[in-house]
Amino acid sequence: MSSNRELGDPYELVVVGAGPAGLAAATAAAGLGINTVLLDEQSSLGGQIYRAIEETPLADPAVLGKSYGRGRLLVRSFVASGARHIPGASVWHVAEGQGGCLTVGLSVGSAAHMIEARRVILATGALERPFPIPGWTLPGVLAAGGAQTLLKSAAIVPAGYVVLAGTGPLLWLFAAQMLRAGGRITAFLDTASVENRRAALAHLPGFLASSYFREGLDLMRAVRRGAQVVRGVKALVAHGTERLSEVAFRRLGSTEERIPADILLLHQGVVPDLNLAAAAGCKLTWDERQLAFLPVTDRWGASSVEGIAIAGDGAGIMGSEAAAERGRLAALDAACRLGRITQSDRDRKAAPVAKALARATRGRAFLDALFRPTRAFRVPEGETIVCRCEEVTARQVRESAAFGCPGPNQLKAFLRAGMGPCQGRMCGLTVSALLAEARGVTMGEIGYFRLRPPVKPLTLSELAALPATPAAMEAVGR
Amino acid sequence: MFRRTVESTAATISLVVDGNEVRARAGESLAAALLAEGLLSFRRSAVSGVPRGPWCLMGACFECLVTIDGARQRACMIRAVDGMHIETGEGRRRLLP
Repeated sequence: MSSNRELGDPYELVVVGAGPAGLAAATAAAGLGINTVLLDEQSSLGGQIYRAIEETPLADPAVLGKSYGRGRLLVRSFVASGARHIPGASVWHVAEGQGGCLTVGLSVGSAAHMIEARRVILATGALERPFPIPGWTLPGVLAAGGAQTLLKSAAIVPAGYVVLAGTGPLLWLFAAQMLRAGGRITAFLDTASVENRRAALAHLPGFLASSYFREGLDLMRAVRRGAQVVRGVKALVAHGTERLSEVAFRRLGSTEERIPADILLLHQGVVPDLNLAAAAGCKLTWDERQLAFLPVTDRWGASSVEGIAIAGDGAGIMGSEAAAERGRLAALDAACRLGRITQSDRDRKAAPVAKALARATRGRAFLDALFRPTRAFRVPEGETIVCRCEEVTARQVRESAAFGCPGPNQLKAFLRAGMGPCQGRMCGLTVSALLAEARGVTMGEIGYFRLRPPVKPLTLSELAALPATPAAMEAVGR
Repeated sequence: MFRRTVESTAATISLVVDGNEVRARAGESLAAALLAEGLLSFRRSAVSGVPRGPWCLMGACFECLVTIDGARQRACMIRAVDGMHIETGEGRRRLLP
């Protein structure tokens, strides 16, 4: 393995994730003279939202919309900032190390390393919420965000009979992007409950004053013009043997309808990617409005673990513009705690950032209410697969609860749910929801999988290449 | 099914997928290259051996695992490189051959 000298440690600040929050945090920190490194699993900067921003092969990147272009400034500012970027770095561990430092475990090019940092900002962003329907594991059924990544990074679109189903801003955005890129949509099955609209009305003033208003309205209009939108979809099944061939759905009060399908793209919102934060011991809390577990953070993004802050959607979904501002706030606080600026300096510099953040989060409550996923698609029935890796069904989870399984951690011993390579990213929320319902307790009470490092699979040879320092022993011995 | 929207200016490269030559574009992910070639199923599942293909395309779900030059990796996280050998279809791991 290469020595840590190549990775340039120790650092004053390690930022994990090169999306808007991480880019803005690293740029701001380097601008304050902090020795900063930005680690990201992908090979280029931008995260998922600005994926391939500097290299998209699309003939006309304008098909992706105006907001995508905003990423270019973030990336260019970061490149000019003097902070170091290590691409292709998979971070699998963050914990307290020696002498008040934090230890960060990462793999680059199939070699594992441990580096030291005074402070860490986690900007791990979001994951698409699990969408457990019968047949969602069939080839040809993909996450809509995944298809969007293919469009941004490789200029390819789904073809043949293409069905989009679910709810959430990203699904509408992708539908519009796909149409602009010359794709065709056979049907757009909207699973948002009609009652959502009433709940959203209360938050209408904030939304009207937000930047989402005009953009969102135009987008939905364009999708309605270009695709058949079916509203109030209550049930959804993907049929096929070796691959998807048909999508069956049911509207309120009607019989089942079936349409042929080559590709089904599912999406019902995004939730924080909290595996790294949770494995580092950061306290989580259940958020009923976002229907997600969030790390507990203060206004600077500081978590419950000393030295670790969480910025951007990884600390609660607020969108890409807010993410950049949250990254800047976390960087200012890091600079203050590293003694680089005084507290009054920090507060003075933070004032305009906080104002921009407030502006960027306007309208979020409206979106959360309007696109809230319904219970039917969060709490599956019968033989529907919950854990894709270990092929555990909803019925099995309910039976385990009936046998006395008290929570998600014990369920691992019953069924191995959450113990496959994705480490619960595809099933964690579903498992908690099923168990909470079966046991008649709240999501907060049932909790989430206890996560442990390494949060991404490591090969034995990668682990064996680690020098046996106390920090390394600690990382694998917990 | 997926289709390319542009006649790319990127160099065309060739991969060997399950013994067959497959064309791809330099710089794109292996998952994108295989999907554009019409491949939807990349492997068999570990428990019941049913076909599986890419889901998230961002490194989180591990559904797109294939064997690349002898090592099992996520096809969405690896860029296609001229001459790569890829084997799809691997499912349950066996202790003995």
